[in-house]
Order: sequence, then C-alpha cells, then structure tokens
Amino acid sequence: MQSTNAVNQANYLEYRGRFKGLFGWIFSTDHKRIGLLYLYSMAVMFSVGVLLGLAMKLELLAPGKTIMDAQDYNATFTVHGVIMIFMVVVPGLPAVFGNFLLPIMIGAKDVAFPKLNLLSWWFYVAGVFLVLAALLFGPGTPDTGWTFYAPYSFKTGTNMLPAIFGAFILGFSSILTGLNFLVTIHRMRCPGLKWSKLSLFVWTLYGTAWIQLLATPVVGITLVLVALERLFGVGIFDPALGGDPILYQHLFWIYSHPAVYIMILPAMGAISEIIPTFSQKHIFGYKAIIASTMAIAFVGYLVWGHHMFTAGMSGTAQYYFSLLTFLVAIPSAIKVFNWISTMYKGSINIQTPFYWAISFIFVFMIGGLSGLVLGALAANIYVHDTAFVVGHFHYIVFGGTGFAFFAAIHYWFPKIFGRMYDKAWANIGWIVFTIGFLTLYSPMFYLGMMGMPRRYYDYLEEFHGGNILSTFGSWILATGFIIIIVNLVRSARRGEKAEMNPWKGKTLEWTVPSPPPVENFDEIPEIAEDDGPYNY
Amino acid sequence: MEKVTHAPHDHYDAEASKIGMWLFIFTELLLFGILFVIYSVYRYLNHDAFHLAAAELDTFTGAVNTLILLVSSMTIAMSVTALQKNNKPLTLLLNGITFVIGVVFLVNKYFEWGAKFDHGIFPGSATLAETLSQGEILFFGLYFIMTGLHALHIIIGLVFIAVVMWKVARGKVHAGRSALLENSGLYWHLVDIIWIFLFPLFYLIV
Repeated sequence: MQSTNAVNQANYLEYRGRFKGLFGWIFSTDHKRIGLLYLYSMAVMFSVGVLLGLAMKLELLAPGKTIMDAQDYNATFTVHGVIMIFMVVVPGLPAVFGNFLLPIMIGAKDVAFPKLNLLSWWFYVAGVFLVLAALLFGPGTPDTGWTFYAPYSFKTGTNMLPAIFGAFILGFSSILTGLNFLVTIHRMRCPGLKWSKLSLFVWTLYGTAWIQLLATPVVGITLVLVALERLFGVGIFDPALGGDPILYQHLFWIYSHPAVYIMILPAMGAISEIIPTFSQKHIFGYKAIIASTMAIAFVGYLVWGHHMFTAGMSGTAQYYFSLLTFLVAIPSAIKVFNWISTMYKGSINIQTPFYWAISFIFVFMIGGLSGLVLGALAANIYVHDTAFVVGHFHYIVFGGTGFAFFAAIHYWFPKIFGRMYDKAWANIGWIVFTIGFLTLYSPMFYLGMMGMPRRYYDYLEEFHGGNILSTFGSWILATGFIIIIVNLVRSARRGEKAEMNPWKGKTLEWTVPSPPPVENFDEIPEIAEDDGPYNY
Repeated sequence: MEKVTHAPHDHYDAEASKIGMWLFIFTELLLFGILFVIYSVYRYLNHDAFHLAAAELDTFTGAVNTLILLVSSMTIAMSVTALQKNNKPLTLLLNGITFVIGVVFLVNKYFEWGAKFDHGIFPGSATLAETLSQGEILFFGLYFIMTGLHALHIIIGLVFIAVVMWKVARGKVHAGRSALLENSGLYWHLVDIIWIFLFPLFYLIV
C-alpha cells in the first residue's frame, strides 16, 4: 500500500492530480472537493436569493408601489422561490455535507460512483445557468411562482421554457446524487460497520436518497408535460382541450411535498450528530430516530393533497390527507423529544454549533406546530394563501434546513478547512441572525391570521405595522448573514489551525486529520463489536 | 507530489453498478408510471372517445414493432451469455443485431408518425381542434407524448449499446468485467417492457 500512503501525504485541499488550479476542482472526482464545489455554488445562489428576498421585503415596507410594480414583484418571488428551492435547499445538506462526510463516516475512500458524482454537480451548474438564462434573455422573467401552476405556466408570455428545463435538470442532478448515496451506503461500509452502527446523519441521508430517487421523476415528467404543453399544445393540462389543471397540482405536489422531507431529513440528521457531541452523551433513542426518519420518508409521500384543500377535492380525500398530515407530525415530535432527552444529564459544552442546534429545535417546533394549523381542514380554509403560509414555510424550510445548515457548517468547518473560526464572532453572527429571523417571519403569522394574502406587492393600510416590523427583521437577518459569511471566509484562510477532533466527537470523520487526506484513511478502519458512533 | 499517477478511485464493483442501474430503472418506471396514471385517468373520463381514436392507429405496424423488440431483448440477453463464454465476435454480432432492430423500430415509428401527420393528426393542428372531440385530442396527445418519450429512450438505449460494443471491441468490457454490458441489457429490457404496456393500451384496446 505504498502508493496509497504517498497520495495521503497531502490533504485534499493541497493535493495536485492531473489538473492544476480551477480545473483541479471542476474535474475532480474527489467527494470532498465536490462537496465544496456544491458549497460555493450554493452560497452564491443563496446570496442571490437573499437579495431578492430583501427586495421583496423592501417593497412591502409600505402599501402601494415602493420600489417595484406588480409584474416585477411576481417575477421576484418566482425567481426567489426557484433559486431557494431547487438550487439551495433541495441539494442542501446532502450535496455539501453528504458528499463531504458520507464516505468518511462509513469508512470508505469515496462514493460508489465518483464520476457520476461529478456529473451531478455539472448538471447542477447547467440547471443553474439555464434558469439564469430565463431571467436575463427572452420576453420576460418567469412570473408563475416556483410552483409553475398550470394553466398559467403555459399561457404566460414570459420566458418559461429555460426555467422549466433548468428545474428538470436540477432534478436529474438530485436523482443521481441520491442514487450514488444509496449504492454507497449499501456497498461501501467498512468492515464491522453494521446498519445498527451507522451514524444518524448517514441514516437520514439514506432516507433522503430514497425520496430523491422515488419522488423526483414525478416532477420531472410533470415539468416535461408543461413544456410540451407550451411548445405543441398537447392538451394534458389545458382545460380548453379537455385536460385538467388540477391534475397538474396533484402531480406537482406528489414530488414537492416529499421534497420538503428531502430538505428537512438531512437537517435533522446533522442536528442528531451535533447534540450528542456537545452533550458528550449517547444519543437518546438511536433506534427511535432511525425509525422516525424512515416513517417520515414513507408517510411524507402520502400527504401531498394538503396543499390543495381549496383546489377542489372530494371530502373523503380531504379527511385522509388531513389525517395523514397529522400523522407526519408524530415522528418529527419523537425526534425533538430524543434531542431534548439527549441533553438531559449530559455534560453540555456550549459552542456555536450547539447554539445553532438548539435554536433549530426552537424554530422547527414553531414551524411544525403552525403546520398543524394548516393541516386542519377548517383552519386551512381560513388561512389558505395568506402570509401565515409564508411564515410557516419559512420557519420550517429556512428555520429548519437553514439553521441546521449553519449548525453543520460551524460543526464541520474545522474538519473541512483544517482551521477554526473566530468563535466570538460566530456567536455574534448567530444571535443577530436569529433575532433577525424571528423578527422577519413571526409577524407573518399575525398578518396571515388578519387576512393578508401572500404574493401581492400591495396591501391594505391595517397591515402596515406588521410589515414594517417584518422588513426591519429582514435587515437584521441580512446583517447576521454577512457577519457569519465574513467570519467563515476569513477563518477558512487565516483561522488558527484546528485539531483533529476539536469537539471530542465519536463518529469516524473525527478520526482522520483535519483537513482529511486525499483518500481519507491510510487503512480502511474496522469497527469492533462494542464500538459505536455515540459511545461516550 | 507532481508525478502521482495513481488513480485514487479505481475500483470495480459489479454488484454496485448493477444496484445503481436497478435504482435508475426505478426512476424510469416512475417517469412512465405517471404517464400511465394520466392515461388511465383520462381514459376513465373519456371512455368512448378513446375507443374511437384508438381505431385510427395501425395495429399491424404496432404488432411488428412489438415482435422485433421482443427479439432484440432476446439477442441482447444472449450477448451477455456470449461474453461470459469469452466469445467476443458472437457478443458483437448479437449486440449488432439488437442495434439494427432498434433502428428498424425507429424507422417504423417514423412512418407511423408521418402517416398521422399527413392526416393532420398532431398536437396543436387545426384538423385536430376542428374535427375531433376533446377526448380524442387527449388520446392523440398522450399517444405522441408516450410513444415519443419511448422512442427517445430507444435512441438513448442505442447510444448505450453502441458505446458498450465499442468497449467490447477494445477489450475493456470482457468476461471478468461485464457489468456495463449487463446494464445496457437491463436498460434495453426496460425500454422493451414499457413498450409491452404501450402497445395494448394504445393499439389493442379498441
């Protein structure tokens, strides 16, 4: 094994293979470099999305036209949604931390199909450029909302086709990543690493990969049908030709509801890693967390109808969808219970990732409970299509996945870059960001209950107060975001060198140097019978 | 570190690539599965119109295409066995037959579609909108989407088979490393089985 060790003398950041410089990255099949490629491209797209979000909040600062008119506002929330959903939170934690950590956590040198992995990132970039092309060229920026609802999506004069094909390709990228992870987890676990010894982040990646694989094709074909409808008028979703636009909504949500679990499951996995490490205690209810992960992945398929309670559906169907929606809350609550119980009698080490993790639990619970309001049939009719929905959605997706992402980046940062960030500034960034988040989205619940509809650039005078507060919150949040980013970027270059295991974690990635060598391990590790990912 | 020629990720796991192919086939089945769902919904809603429109399709061409596609599935399965027996020329021959049959299928499809176009039956045509009912328009919309998507998969399958043939010829795919050929076979069977469902649904239920 001489050659392996020779390769492993360099860490993955410094290693020089066939290509130098930029090409050494965009042609690299190293899962760690691909993870970082995703991180950088997603950070860029996230920043664009944040800017669009800020523009929307600025528009809503006062009733009437503030900085843009109705059409521009429609385009802005469409692009904000498409970018944030398809380019940021759906690839989300699996694409960045899954790619970086999955092979290390299961004691492998790489994923099962490294070239396919790189191809997934290229598809991602191709999808991004296609969507951006829709914004910059052609007859106008898409204005359908990120849901591309028929029949408007094939009637509107704006430049829909590149956006739809872009979303399709992004879906393809997601499928390939899921496929890769599934095969990797099945085939490449190191000796002795039984399923019952996998770390929970790997388990959630496993559940997520199945959803990616089995739900994404549905939206893929649905988007193709919308494109064909636009191009040739095939009639599937066109009521004038006998088609049914409600069918579009069903097909769209058959994917897009499970997609919410694609976003949140790996986030829960990251939290399940962070809480035991900073409590220095075995995770409470390891098997319950796995079972609830799989339960969420499964039941999450069967609840799509709750997006369509007012769209026209039989009463019986509504009862079932509402009941199943309530059922999904149970496994999520089990997880929260497990995280809290893990902290009980632990020796808690309060650090930045832990702050992010506990604030994740807080906002996730508010998001989850407000979801039950929406899942209840009668209440749903009342707050349907109001700012309440926007508040709920952002508490879950931004508060859930976003906070978990920041928790994860602060947790694994020393492993990824081999340097430690400035902890004081990281804590300041967290508190400013969290205050901004709560100020931005909490008023939306109130505004929604008062009846302010979503997706309008204008509102009645009585909603003014709440909107001012919300816009003010968006500025605080942006300030926090800038502090976090500046601190992390600066520390990645100039932070002090990190140890191999700064948080005293027990999972496999903490047994390799920071940053990890090219092939992760000099020798493939063997897991003994009494070893485990959380044996403190 | 300039001269490291070691390829860090060079490992071969036939089982892994087959699992990967099967998972990919799941996604393809879902892709077509949704189209079959749409078909059944609209068939249920427009029962009589679907009967009427289906009578327009040429059952003979459809049957011929079904037959030759089944034969091609057989030849590609035989080519896997031939490779396992280290018979390279026979592998290439059987793969070649599969490829040619795939092309013949597409040629038949071309003439079939062409005849429909000549009669003014294509999505968005004036004839369609003026003379046919909504159910019939939906039938032909689905017909063109599903057989078109299937034809696209035939083309992808042909490219796949061509790549595998090239690799077999150059000795990169051989008895000890046959997963790629087996995967192309799996994919071709998938394309075949989808047609097995398309054929009765569009041509036979009249």
